[in-house]
Amino acid sequence: MTGVVEFIDAGAGVSIQDLGRSGHRDIGVPLAGAADPTLLACANALLTQAEDLAALEVALLGPTLRAAGAPVRVALAGAFAPRLTRADGHVQPVDAWRSLTLQPGESLAVGPCRAGIGYLALAGGVQVPLVLGSRSTYARAGLGGIDGRVPRAGDRLHCGAGQGAQRQAPRPFVHVSGPMRVLPGPQDAHFDDEVWALFVESEWRVTREADRMGLRLQGPTLQHRAGLGADIVSEAVVPGAVQVPGAGQPIVLGVDAQTIGGYAKIATVIRADLPRLAHARPGSVLRFRAVSRAEALAARLELAASLRDWTRLIGVCGTSGEPEEAALRAGNLISGMIDARTDTEFTLPWD
Amino acid sequence: MDPATPTFPRLLPLGDAAWIVEFGRSIEQPTHARVLGLAQALAHAHAEGLWPEVIEWVPAFTTLTVHFAASGQSDAAMDAADALLALAGSAAPLSQPGRRWRLPVCFDAEFAPDLAELAEAQGLSSEQVVGLMTGTAFRVYMLGFQPGFPYMGGLPAALERPRRAMPRTAVPERTLAVAGRMCAVYPWRSPGGWHLLGRTPLALFEATRDDPAWLHPGDEVRWVAIGRERYDELEHAAAAGALQREAWLDDHGAAA
Repeated sequence: MTGVVEFIDAGAGVSIQDLGRSGHRDIGVPLAGAADPTLLACANALLTQAEDLAALEVALLGPTLRAAGAPVRVALAGAFAPRLTRADGHVQPVDAWRSLTLQPGESLAVGPCRAGIGYLALAGGVQVPLVLGSRSTYARAGLGGIDGRVPRAGDRLHCGAGQGAQRQAPRPFVHVSGPMRVLPGPQDAHFDDEVWALFVESEWRVTREADRMGLRLQGPTLQHRAGLGADIVSEAVVPGAVQVPGAGQPIVLGVDAQTIGGYAKIATVIRADLPRLAHARPGSVLRFRAVSRAEALAARLELAASLRDWTRLIGVCGTSGEPEEAALRAGNLISGMIDARTDTEFTLPWD
Repeated sequence: MDPATPTFPRLLPLGDAAWIVEFGRSIEQPTHARVLGLAQALAHAHAEGLWPEVIEWVPAFTTLTVHFAASGQSDAAMDAADALLALAGSAAPLSQPGRRWRLPVCFDAEFAPDLAELAEAQGLSSEQVVGLMTGTAFRVYMLGFQPGFPYMGGLPAALERPRRAMPRTAVPERTLAVAGRMCAVYPWRSPGGWHLLGRTPLALFEATRDDPAWLHPGDEVRWVAIGRERYDELEHAAAAGALQREAWLDDHGAAA
């Protein structure tokens, strides 16, 4: 049985993403995919499903979705304060970081993402056609998503249908903080030691030119060495590469970046820090810190472990939608989750 | 080491899960042949189950970038560095062109807003520009900028011209364009700063196919001028899915 959700409102900065389209960079196809695959995994984990299933990424304003036909289970991971509108028109706030079922005719207004980006997962994953092995939206070339584009009001998405116990996390998943960790290069030789010091010791403000393709930063000028300069023979780039064009203001590439570039790259953000880099917004301040390869590996393993630990905290909620105290105690969970009971005088229509 | 005089090939780190293997610093066919030689060596090794931690490789003018899985308990890129550098040093250059294409292009003014201007700037007639474009065997060096956007080298020096000072906000898809010593076809409607000389009726990138890009690095492309009537006919046939890709290979039947 399939579920169907209809976009009452498409929101802004909303796109369908899975883990992206690797394997085609030799023919110029960007990776795309979830900018924060860790939070995508969290949203899917709340629905007890594979962490790489396609979901809706929300960068600004979340959509309003109505279940059409069958009940549909959804889950939100991110700084959202969603509101559920019941079939009789009654509106009530609901929590993110939990699953819930939209009964036919009910709608969920996800609302703005209050920090960084977040994900709305649907049970069974968003069912749009695979294009080059991925459902991720790369709208610039019309790949993936809904007919190659982001959602519009009136679009309908297929997903799994169904009931099932609701699950809830006792706390949001929180990324580590601190400077973005980088490995120097590939063109760190294009910069003198003093310029490198400027790069890692300065604060960098994210300008308004910030999207899934990259973040243009503002700060002190990073002067290239005489004779090497800003331009290189074009070569492959990756998300996290820090390009420095001639004007000396860096650009950190994102998941939608094109596959090649012709600017010197002073450093590259390590894989473990790409998910949290994705939460930077215009006005955010970034710092960079050089690490060793061993530290980069440790950071990657640490991120994987923190996701695993967080996933283990997920517990079952009661059929009324209230957390089941026994289940919580059994899971050795504490106050944050129990507190959710205090604003649930009404009976929620969770199955 | 003085960065101005490196020894090639060498490895440059592109983050913690990729190496850029650099074979030189200038855009020359022999350097590119070494790039493609390493790509082929990796493809052969992959087919035999070797290098499983390598997930893909990306040829460019002077470099092959090798991407590694970042999912295991170790630093796969670091573990493979010595072996990769050894393979880069020993892999035979791939000098023979890949496939040879003869692709139709219509140079009518409607499709070629910059043809007259380029001709005048270079002291040529439009006919001479078309003659140079159709008389040249272009080599596909790499794909990028957009999915399937082919950077083709070999543009005659007589047509060398920097990009437009003001890029256009929209270049129609399938437009043939030149800049510097390169020629390309825009697969998608997009902004662009190259000089627009014509349009091909063929969609050279088909996202729904397993092998979406017609052109691959190492391929050779010759342009064949067609009239507007033939253009319309082919464009219609292409849109209806009635064209076989292989029909546009120069030596079809013999090509791999």
